Amino acid sequence: MSLSAKDKAAVRGFWAKIAPKGEQIGNEAFSRLLLVYPQTKTYFSHWNDLAPGAPSVKKHGKKIVGGLGLAVDKIDDLFNGLLTLSELHAFQLRVDPANFKLLSHCLLVVFAMLFPDDFTAEVHLAIDKFLARVALALSDKYR
Amino acid sequence: MVAWTAEERAFIQDIFSKLNYEEAGPKALQRALIVYPWTQRYFGSFGNLYNADAIINNPKVAAHGTVVLHGLDRAMKNMDDIKNTYAELSVLHSEKLHVDPDNFRLLADCLTIVIASTMGAAFTADMQAAWQKFLAVVVSALQRQYH
Repeated sequence: MSLSAKDKAAVRGFWAKIAPKGEQIGNEAFSRLLLVYPQTKTYFSHWNDLAPGAPSVKKHGKKIVGGLGLAVDKIDDLFNGLLTLSELHAFQLRVDPANFKLLSHCLLVVFAMLFPDDFTAEVHLAIDKFLARVALALSDKYR
Repeated sequence: MVAWTAEERAFIQDIFSKLNYEEAGPKALQRALIVYPWTQRYFGSFGNLYNADAIINNPKVAAHGTVVLHGLDRAMKNMDDIKNTYAELSVLHSEKLHVDPDNFRLLADCLTIVIASTMGAAFTADMQAAWQKFLAVVVSALQRQYH
């Protein structure tokens, strides 16, 4: 399900609107991932506080949104643009790719919460496709 | 048997009490048909679904969205036995409508997103967890009679 020019424009447009709230988005989405899908906490057993909004959760949420911003930037060539991140996830982090879907869902929920008027069905479609492509790029080097 | 905590029950009741079935149902179904266009395969008799605007203005889509929400209402009112409450609906979706059960999950996700957009920050992470658990039970009950 590749990204059309229309999809890319929708993603860029929406991202430009939401980027100022990037930190809040990252914190909310990542906090929700850990709480709604507790199995995801297994990747963070080295942190002692995984409660929503905890310092390490906030910091990591920010990192995630930063990665997404990079992806928006490289939307025309995600597989090459995200190569370093892909290698990181494949060889070091080894996050089961099923979890990318879970985080994507949490991001969509947070987008809808914070930007109900901008997150129309058509924007939702484009963003959903984009996040799926990002997940694919991130898992590209897994095997 | 699904175990519900008092807090989960309260969250589910709270969400339903704030829902306008005639608004949320249509919005959720429209979103599913737009975001996951292959779901349109089940609605050949609904007329014009050619683009997002057509879907959003389609009265049959809106009517059906409302039907779905009323169906969920039944599950909410019978939270301790959703499995049996939905036995007939499950047979219907399997034997008559031939709906791939994965579509229930897609519609459920769209409904969650519609609720997030209407409730905003009031849709806390804890509420989301309870709500998604409820929807997972509903989806599982709907799939149960498939063979």
